[in-house]
Amino acid sequence: MVKFFHHALKFRKDVCIGCSHCMNECPTQAIRIHGGKAELTDNRCIDCGKCYMVCPVGAIIVEADDLSRIFDYTHRVALIPNILLGQFPEGVSISQICSVLMEAGFTHIFEVEHGTRVLEDAMTKMMEEKELPRPLISTFCPAIVRLIQVRFPMFTDNLMLLKAPLDIAAMYYRRKLEEEGISPEDTGVFYITPCAAKIAAIKSPVGEESSPITGVINMDFIYNKIYTKVKQGLSGKGSCCLPAMQPLQPEEMVWSLTEGEAARMPGRTLAIDEVSNVIEFLEKMENEEISDIDFLELRACDQSCAGGILTSGNRFFTVERLRKRAEEAARGNDSMIYDTAGDSIRDHFDYLNEHLKVTQIKPRAMDKLDEDMEQAMLKMRKVQEIMKDLPYVDCGICGSPTCNSLAEDIVQGKAHVNQCIYVQKRWEQEGKLQPKESMEILKEIWGEDKF
Amino acid sequence: MAERMQFEYNVDGGNFTRAGFASSEIKKILKKLNVDIGIVKRTVVATYEGEVNIVAHAYSGTIYVDIDTERIRINLKDEGPGIPDIDQAMEEGYSTASSQVREMGFGAGMGLPNMKKNADEMHITSEVDKGTEVEIVMFLNNKE
Repeated sequence: MVKFFHHALKFRKDVCIGCSHCMNECPTQAIRIHGGKAELTDNRCIDCGKCYMVCPVGAIIVEADDLSRIFDYTHRVALIPNILLGQFPEGVSISQICSVLMEAGFTHIFEVEHGTRVLEDAMTKMMEEKELPRPLISTFCPAIVRLIQVRFPMFTDNLMLLKAPLDIAAMYYRRKLEEEGISPEDTGVFYITPCAAKIAAIKSPVGEESSPITGVINMDFIYNKIYTKVKQGLSGKGSCCLPAMQPLQPEEMVWSLTEGEAARMPGRTLAIDEVSNVIEFLEKMENEEISDIDFLELRACDQSCAGGILTSGNRFFTVERLRKRAEEAARGNDSMIYDTAGDSIRDHFDYLNEHLKVTQIKPRAMDKLDEDMEQAMLKMRKVQEIMKDLPYVDCGICGSPTCNSLAEDIVQGKAHVNQCIYVQKRWEQEGKLQPKESMEILKEIWGEDKF
Repeated sequence: MAERMQFEYNVDGGNFTRAGFASSEIKKILKKLNVDIGIVKRTVVATYEGEVNIVAHAYSGTIYVDIDTERIRINLKDEGPGIPDIDQAMEEGYSTASSQVREMGFGAGMGLPNMKKNADEMHITSEVDKGTEVEIVMFLNNKE
């Protein structure tokens, strides 16, 4: 099968204990258990990271770049989302955070949210285009873009074909350094990410040819680095050199939180966070039970990026801190040190606007039983037949998340009905299966060591 | 004979909390059968309108779905007051819905016209005090 997506989430077979927590949590039913290990169906996975959150043994890892990679470049830009600043309690100042990043080897620090200024203008313009479908759906959250591709293909036309603030911020900063006479090959732009979906999007951009971002560093790694230094009292004294920039506006500071985009768009807007909430809503929208909405902000994590799987701070505190920062900034008291006489991203509007659009985002429907409708009908009939033998309990002992997913796996030749424990017991009763045989079947699913 | 599948769903009159259940089930089936997403969308919108019509106006009803590789035929049959003047009911904005129903966001008088707009073919028959039968047909291989 053609692999559509690059995934940042990797399953470590040597660590996995086959507990199936991830299988039961996955919103797209992308995980099965076989041989005592979790296995991922690549084309169903949207990189939301729900599995990562529930894995009790850390068998799911998020593949990011090693910090040492930054030293391949003479100019090392840390692209930091506001969420990073929201990770730390009151006592830790923004300049302390930035100093530690500089000590770690970065030469420049730039806030991702600077990219929202250009984006908001482009989005507002798009909202005025009457011939575009409604609601227009934001492409801010890459896990949501993938969810729509695989589960809600009829809404791919509703996606706003625009880049994310981090791409815009990266493009701007690259250009700025180039104007200062620095060769593009010497510039490395590294994003400190709160989630796996952003990594996947950077490594294989949807609807873009290449990413202006060189690499990705996990936020939890940076968090630990900063917190250790601060706790040891080794940092925070040195001055940190932020780029000469116009300060962030309050509304830009909360862009990545729930309502961040919806509050800025015209017309009737709605913001929904957490992937199962989003799925429930989009299912209703498919029936046109929901209409007359102009703009939809959809985010895969609860509390949006504050709940990103690589964050360390409590998401509710993060939201509180960032809102507080925005309120303070509105009063003119932002603690980030800016050279207000500096450059404005607005000076580069034309350039950024030219590079803002992404090409068409294609549907990648995963629900179909077969490409050919007649074959799909035959398979559906078989699924119905198999379902008569299954208990509708969705216990997962067969290694599939639900009875229905087992039935579909059987029809696709990936499983056997005797994997169902209810079927096994019935067949044992009827003398069709020996207890020894059913034990073998269970061992095949859950591994030798479990029995 | 080409492969053919049939499904049946009961619809309760007056139960708006469950309105949309049958349409959702039909949508899931069509997606699994790899029906073109544009056709799935139109089918589901038309069926949902019809389902809400049964909930809003009738005592009870049944939705019969008949699918083969050429077309989708959906028959929405109800026991209810019937429609005295079908031509009038087909006019956009014409509505008999009570204010209570309108408050719930239904009854804008767009139901039947919207069904017709989304379906490739639509037939209505109705008998006052008996019930209404609406049939919609979607063609799958129309390369218009």
